[in-house]
Amino acid sequence: MGRFHRHDDGTVHEHDHPHDHAEGHEPPHDDGRSSGHGDHSGYGTGAARIEVLEAIFGENDRLAAANRADFDAAGVRVVNLMSSPGAGKTMLLRETLRRLSPRLRIGIVEGDIETSLDADRLEGFGAAVALVNTGNGFGGECHLDAPMVRSALPRLPLPDLDLVVIENVGNLVCPAEFNVGEDAKAMVYAVTEGEEKPLKYPVMFRSVDVVVVNKIDLLPHLDVDLDLFERHLRAVNPHATTIRVSARTGEGVDTWCDWLTGVGAAHG
Amino acid sequence: MHELSVCTAIADAVRQHTGDRPVRSVRLSVGYLRQLLPDSLEFCWSMVTDRGPLAGSELIVDHIPAEVECRECGRRTVLDHPVLRCPGCSGNRVEVVAGEECLITSIDVGPVPASEGE
Repeated sequence: MGRFHRHDDGTVHEHDHPHDHAEGHEPPHDDGRSSGHGDHSGYGTGAARIEVLEAIFGENDRLAAANRADFDAAGVRVVNLMSSPGAGKTMLLRETLRRLSPRLRIGIVEGDIETSLDADRLEGFGAAVALVNTGNGFGGECHLDAPMVRSALPRLPLPDLDLVVIENVGNLVCPAEFNVGEDAKAMVYAVTEGEEKPLKYPVMFRSVDVVVVNKIDLLPHLDVDLDLFERHLRAVNPHATTIRVSARTGEGVDTWCDWLTGVGAAHG
Repeated sequence: MHELSVCTAIADAVRQHTGDRPVRSVRLSVGYLRQLLPDSLEFCWSMVTDRGPLAGSELIVDHIPAEVECRECGRRTVLDHPVLRCPGCSGNRVEVVAGEECLITSIDVGPVPASEGE
């Protein structure tokens, strides 16, 4: 088959396509079932190969673009916040709202497979919260995709907001694959997760603009080597900013808030 | 982990091309930098195509190796692990030129079933 190259600008093209259609599989053939009757539909009725070149995430990307257009029209900046389960996204968001909601109007899209527990934890901090439970069908989706985020938007007063933070489902694999129309991707990494995570989950760590290194108040009790973590992160993502914080003690949270505030400034 | 939703998306896209025609196989190009496991894709494919024109169809996955090109020395390298560094000059200004593909490339369909009343 040809070699399909996807570039950073989203274009896809193909090299060296040898048209080797048989390639070990049964070639197109007509079993003659329609013989003698002709084809009145103008559409082939025998067996055939349909050549397509369609991005599997195409529908998601179309809706992500629609989300982005709505965000831009409302003048709101959007950050997609991801992490493994228990890294401290919700706690960090609570501390973020405590600091930023007096000067920024913030909306939260809260993705969770089941329960409104995280959304409840964010009540009372001055943000508009729209919950998306992804638990329909086989055990629930492990990520928020663009259609799910789109379904939450009518429950947020977008024109009245400056910033929307999408708290994705806790998972280091799937959320990295789905653009939702955000301006920036951020992730929370807890120091308890070990130094090797960037090498084990390179797609996630490569996709983000900033890594919040959380729970640094636990460092005196751990053997974790953060310099080694940073080297592993650089190996898969040379450009990401890292911010060391403890959502529990508040250390570094102001630096994270400055970064969040700057997402709008950098793009505006 | 998200192979199920990916298979649902593939099935929806395929149906737009094939309508009521029975589908024999669907061919994908999937880059190594995509976290899609072939075994899991095949299992999920059988779940989302258990009835209708896609029932019994085969999912064929062409895996595309990850390849980077160095912006410093121009060397192209096929990666065997996900460290984005040029083995030629050790620079990290590399661009991924292959390995992020996630495409449906072809669909084999069978003959249109003889419809009633014709």
